[in-house]
Amino acid sequence: MTDAPRTPLLRVHGLKCSYGQAEVLHGVDIDVFPGEIVSLIGANGAGKSTTLMCISRINRASGRIQFDGTDISSMAPEHVVRRGLVQVPEGRRIFPRLTVRENLEMGAFIRNDTDGIEADVERVCGMFPILKQRFAQQGGTLSGGEQQMLAIGRALMSRPRMLMMDEPSMGIAPILVAQIFDTVKNVLRAQGMTILLVEQNANAALRMSDRAYVLETGNVVLTGTGEELLRDERVRAAYLGH
Amino acid sequence: MVRAVAAVEMLATCALSRADSVAAFAHDGALSSWEVFGQQLVTGLSNGMIIALIAIGYTMVYGIIELINFAHGDLCMLGAFFALTVVGALGVDQWGGAGGTAGLVMVLVGTAAFCGSLNWSINWLAYRPLRKASKLSLLVSAIGASFILVNLGLFWGGLPMDVFAGGTSSAAPKAFPALVSSDPAAQIGDVIYSRTDFLVLCVTLPLMVALTYLVRYTKLGKAMRAVAQNPTAAALMGIDVERVIGATFFIGGALGGFATVVYSLYNQTVSFQMGYRMGMDAFIAAVLGGIGNLPGAVLGGLLIGLIRSMSDGYIEARWTNTVVFGILILILVFRPSGLLGAKLREKV
Repeated sequence: MTDAPRTPLLRVHGLKCSYGQAEVLHGVDIDVFPGEIVSLIGANGAGKSTTLMCISRINRASGRIQFDGTDISSMAPEHVVRRGLVQVPEGRRIFPRLTVRENLEMGAFIRNDTDGIEADVERVCGMFPILKQRFAQQGGTLSGGEQQMLAIGRALMSRPRMLMMDEPSMGIAPILVAQIFDTVKNVLRAQGMTILLVEQNANAALRMSDRAYVLETGNVVLTGTGEELLRDERVRAAYLGH
Repeated sequence: MVRAVAAVEMLATCALSRADSVAAFAHDGALSSWEVFGQQLVTGLSNGMIIALIAIGYTMVYGIIELINFAHGDLCMLGAFFALTVVGALGVDQWGGAGGTAGLVMVLVGTAAFCGSLNWSINWLAYRPLRKASKLSLLVSAIGASFILVNLGLFWGGLPMDVFAGGTSSAAPKAFPALVSSDPAAQIGDVIYSRTDFLVLCVTLPLMVALTYLVRYTKLGKAMRAVAQNPTAAALMGIDVERVIGATFFIGGALGGFATVVYSLYNQTVSFQMGYRMGMDAFIAAVLGGIGNLPGAVLGGLLIGLIRSMSDGYIEARWTNTVVFGILILILVFRPSGLLGAKLREKV
């Protein structure tokens, strides 16, 4: 990821967000270039999830959000998805009483190409074979890790150009975390998917990221390549535990 | 309070008139005990199907925005006034034969469209601005909407039309013309299954099948379930949540519109207070079946219809409301999730 100056696929500039009287984001700037994996790390309550919810237009925010050159900062959430920017939310938020198949179909809500949707259902099941076995089961009966795979698969069903993932490792058995990260690193990256990843597991996140931002109480305090941040003393002390 | 008193009075008069008829019916000596039972069964099932259709409107709206839409019964009442106005203005009751059937279909579809659009508008004006407010504010708004509809009904009944007796007494109950003859469609012994009973079945059953298909298999139906289960996730999937909620109100209202026409034909009278009665029966049915659960609303509707007619026939009609409300209290105490309701909302 060197090359000449490129234009970012996602550009967030001066993003501010408040819950009631309390401002929780104080002007966050983030750029994500096409094909990059960028992670956003920080402690609990730093504003990572809020940032993603602002970009997805679920939370109200001020500041500029540009996706692929278009200002999306006043768009309705469904139009953001239609432009190709989709989120895998924190806690998975799969539809518990829809079947695995119906969950995937809902991911493709913005599409009407029946054949293409069917092909993508197969593609997602190829990526996460366990979903095929659970196809007719209700989403709520899946284990945490399986639900996370379903949530990622569901997001991919919209054929996004960029994926925002919020804490995909949270509350999941380590072996499934490894499998999920492996899919992100090897499968999605190989497909050229652009990813903004929010993680508390800073070590794993930085290892797979091209670049990263460190968020502290609503401000970006540090940015650099994954390698640089892994070596950074402050990051090591605060987030890597050594 | 005025409204509550009026409602009680209405229920009392209603119960009395029915008590007379049932007493006469049960004691004229001509009917054997199984015939009494059979007739109450027919009446109970027909009324139950109508109640079920209205209960679906409660349960759908509750499922998607967790609101007990207290305006729903009154919406149906306005639908009955709309239907009566159309019948009166076009003279549908004089058409007869094939024209009469076409007229009946037109009144049914027209009233459904009217109630659907009105319900959609009520959501837009009274509920949508409160999406982020507390559920209590929403409930109060629904009660407000109910008051407005009742008063609109009172005003409507005063319009100078022949079907409203020239508008001389806006509050008086209006006769709804018999668009379907009450001749027997089938008869076993002295148990009569009338053409009106048959009409109830012909209208309600296909609608329930169609709704089940819609909710289970269509894209809109799946989106409705998705929004009900997790609106934020639905928005993140590109679903226009407000549009889906609007569609839910339209469909629930339209079903109420169909139901109210059949109800008016079945009971042959229309009053600005009828929404309270229809709404309460249907609300209790929805709670009995498990609010938010569609098959539950149908089951609850049938049960309430049967309980009402059996209580009318075997206890005494004036006790029927006591029985029905007693059941409501028992469910709320011992099985608040209803007969088919989910145990608890899964939190993932």
